[in-house]
Amino acid sequence: MPMPMPMSATETAPRHVAEPDAAPLVRFEDVDKTYDGEQLVVESLNLDIRRGEFLTLLGPSGSGKTTSLMMLAGFETPTSGEIYVDSRPIKNVPPHRRNIGMVFQNYALFPHMTVAENVGFPLRVRNVGRAETAERVARAMAMIKLEALAQRRPSQLSGGQQQRVALARALVFNPQLVLMDEPLGALDKRLREHMQVEIKRLHQSTGVTVVYVTHDQSEALTMSNRIAVFNDGAIQQVAAPDVLYERPANSFVANFIGDNNTLSGQVEQRRGPHCSVRLGGGELVQALVVNPRANGATSLSIRPERVRLLAMRDDPRGDNRLPGRLTELIYLGDHALALLDVAGTTDFMVRLPAGRQAGLACGQDVAVAFAADDCRALDPV
Amino acid sequence: MSAPLASLKLRLRRVERARQLRHAVLILPLLLFLGFTFLVPIGTMLWHAVDDPDVARVLPRTVAALHGWNGQALPGEATFAALAADLDDAAREQTTSTAAKRLNYDVAGFRSLLMNTARHLEAEPPAAGDAQATLLAIDPRWGDLESWGAIHRASGPLTDFYLLAALDLHRTADGHIAATPAEQAVYVDVLLRTLEIGFIVTALCLLLGFPTAYLLASLPARQANLFMIFVLLPFWTSLLVRICAWIVLLQGNGLVNGLLLWSGLVDAPLRLIFNRTGVYIAMTHVLLPFMILPLYSSMKAISPAYMRAAASLGAPPWRAFVQIYLPQTLPGIGAGSLLVFILCIGYYITPALVGGGGDQMISYFIAFFTNETVNWGMAAALGTVLLTVTTLLAMAYARLVADRQTTGGLK
Ligand SMILES: Nc1ncnc2c1ncn2[C@@H]1O[C@H](COP(=O)(O)OP(=O)(O)OP(=O)(O)O)[C@@H](O)[C@H]1O
Ligand SMILES: [Mg+2]
Repeated sequence: MPMPMPMSATETAPRHVAEPDAAPLVRFEDVDKTYDGEQLVVESLNLDIRRGEFLTLLGPSGSGKTTSLMMLAGFETPTSGEIYVDSRPIKNVPPHRRNIGMVFQNYALFPHMTVAENVGFPLRVRNVGRAETAERVARAMAMIKLEALAQRRPSQLSGGQQQRVALARALVFNPQLVLMDEPLGALDKRLREHMQVEIKRLHQSTGVTVVYVTHDQSEALTMSNRIAVFNDGAIQQVAAPDVLYERPANSFVANFIGDNNTLSGQVEQRRGPHCSVRLGGGELVQALVVNPRANGATSLSIRPERVRLLAMRDDPRGDNRLPGRLTELIYLGDHALALLDVAGTTDFMVRLPAGRQAGLACGQDVAVAFAADDCRALDPV
Repeated sequence: MSAPLASLKLRLRRVERARQLRHAVLILPLLLFLGFTFLVPIGTMLWHAVDDPDVARVLPRTVAALHGWNGQALPGEATFAALAADLDDAAREQTTSTAAKRLNYDVAGFRSLLMNTARHLEAEPPAAGDAQATLLAIDPRWGDLESWGAIHRASGPLTDFYLLAALDLHRTADGHIAATPAEQAVYVDVLLRTLEIGFIVTALCLLLGFPTAYLLASLPARQANLFMIFVLLPFWTSLLVRICAWIVLLQGNGLVNGLLLWSGLVDAPLRLIFNRTGVYIAMTHVLLPFMILPLYSSMKAISPAYMRAAASLGAPPWRAFVQIYLPQTLPGIGAGSLLVFILCIGYYITPALVGGGGDQMISYFIAFFTNETVNWGMAAALGTVLLTVTTLLAMAYARLVADRQTTGGLK
C-alpha cells in the first residue's frame, strides 16, 4: 500500500480509528462559550474525538461549529469547562504549541511565499534541517500531485489547487490532529466532490485525526466516521452517518439530515418499545418510542423511502395506514417523489422506485402505509 | 506545432494591444492635464538649467571671434576690437548689464569690469588696431585668461555652467572640469544635508507611523475611524498655523520646555526650535500622515487568517509577525517611505520657518535664486538635481516592487 505522507519511521504503521472505549484524543468537558456575556454560543459541550477518526461538526449557520473549532485550535478560550488533548488540559497551551494542523475556508496561503515555501513553513519554524525540509516538502507536493507548481505563488493557482496546498501545509508536520473549517465552501460542486474524495484518501493514508466543519449534510454523510450535529450551540446527536439518518435522536436531527415527514400527535398508550399516537385528525398510529414529551406531545418522523403508496382498498398487513390525496408527482430519474395531503399535513413525501409512478394521477385518493418501527416518536416541534 | 503557436502569440498580442488602447483612451484627459501642468513646467525648468543666450546676444562679435579659441594664450587684436565694438553697440542698446550679470556668476567682479570698460570706451573709443592696448589700459584684468574664458564659456547657446555649479564644479579657462574651492562650495553640502534630513524624517515617520497604523488596522471599525480623524487632522489645518503652533510649543519659554523644567528633567530650557531638532519635529509631524495612510491600507488588506494560519503551523507570535506580517506590509512601508522622503527633500516652508541657517534644504536655495537674485539658471539647475535624485529613488522603488508579488491567497 503506498504511503505518500511524509512520516517518521515510528509513525508509518497504518493507523485505524481507535475503539470507542479507548482514551479519546480530544475531550470537550462541559465547555461553555459566550462572546458578549449574554448569549451562550456554545453550551455545555461534551464531546470525545477518537484517535484516527474523521469527525464532522454539522449544523446550520451560527450554531457554534467554528467557535468550537477555534477553541480547540486555541484562537478562542472557553468561558468555562476544559478541553483535553491526550488527557492533558490545553487551556494554557498557546496555539502555536498545540501541534494542530488547520485548513481555513479561504486557505490563508501566505501570498508572499511560493507554494513550496508555504508547505515548508511549518518545518522551518520547527527548525527541521534544510535537506529534510526539501525532501518532506517534495513528498507532500507529490501527495497532492502538484510537484510541477511548487515554485508558483498562491495567486497563480486555481481554487482547488490552493486548497490542496493548504491541505499539504497542514499535514506536512505530522500533526496528530487536523482541523478543517468548511475547506470546500468556496469551490464549485464538481470540484467539491472531487476534493471530498481527495481529503478522504489523505485521511485514510495518513491516519491523522480530522475534525471537519461543514453545513453541507451530504458532504458530512459521505466523508465522516461520525457526525456531531450542532444546533443553537448544543450538540443534538453524535453518531455514525447511517445511525444519524436511520435513528435520529430528536426532531431537529430528523429534519436536518435528509428528507423527513413530520406528523404531530399525542401519545395515548405505551406497549414495550412502541406506543400508539393519536394524530390531530383522530387517526391512531403505532410508533417507536424515542423521546416524546412527558405530557405525551410528540412529532412522528417517517423517512419518505419507508412509506408505501397503496390503492384505497389494499391491505397494509399490520402496518400503519393513513388515507391521503396525491397533490404532486415529481419525476427525478432514478426515482419519483409523490407529495400528498395526509392527516392534515401537506407535502407528505413518498419516495417511489423508478417506474412505480405510472398510473398515478394528481388529485387521486390513495393511502400511505409504514411500519411502526419506521415511525419514530420524537420531541414535538 | 510552432506555426500555430506563433499565430497564437500574435493573436494574444493583438488582444493586448486593443486593451491597452482602450486604457489609453480612458486616461487621455488626465494625460493632457498632466502634460500641461507637469511635463511642460518640468521641461521648461530643465531647459532653463542649460539655456545660455545672454552673452551671445549682447556680445555677438566677441563670441564669434572667440570661436575655436583654445584658452592657452590671450586672444588676438581682432577679438579685442570685436569686444570694443560689441560694447559700443551694447551701450547704445543698454544691454551691457545683462551680459555683465551673467558673466559675474562665473567670475566675481566681472560686472564692474564690463560696466567700467564700457563707460571708458564710450568716453574715448579706441583707435583702429589699438583695441588691445586700450582695454588693457582701462583694466589689466583683460590680460587674464580667466576673463576671456568666462566669455568663451558663456557663448551659448547651451551651457553646463549652472549644472556644474549645482554640484560645486566649474570649468577652467582651458575647458577642464575642476572642483570649486572648498570655501566657496555649498551645494553638495546642501544636497547631502537635504538627503540626511530626508532620511531621518522618513525613519522617524516610520518609527512612529508603523505602530500607529498597526493599532488602527487592528481596532474595530468605529474606533479606527475616530483615530483616523486624529491622524488626518494635520491635513485640515493650514501649514502655517501648524508651524506657528510648533514655534509656540517648542520655544525657550514654551509649553514643552515649561513641562520639562517643571518635571525637573532639565535645568535649563532646551533649544528645540530654529535648529535641526525643530526641523525634525515639525517635518515629522507634517509628513506623518503620508506614512500612516499607505501603511494602514496595506495592513488592512492582511487578513487575520494569515496570523492564525502561521500560529496553527507552529510559528510563535514574533516569528509570525516577522515572517508573515511584516513582508506583507513591505509595499506599504515602501510607498510610505518613498512618499515621505520625496515630499521631505522638496519641502520649503517648514525648514525655512523652524530651521536655523545651517538647516536650510535645497528648496530654500531654489527659492532664493528665483525670488531674490532672479538667477533662473541656478534655480533650474538645483531643481534638476532634486528631480534627478527623486527620479532615481522612484525608479529604485519601482524595481523593488516589480521584483516581488504581493497579491494572492486571500482575495
Ligand atoms: N468574534 C465574535 N464575536 C461575537 N460573536 C461571535 C463571534 N464569532 C461568532 N460569534 C457568534 O457566535 C455564534 C456562532 O458562531 P460560529 O462562527 O461558531 O457559527 P458557525 O456554526 O461556524 O456558523 P457558519 O456555518 O455560518 O460558519 C453566531 O451567532 C455568531 O454571531
Ligand atoms: Mg463557521
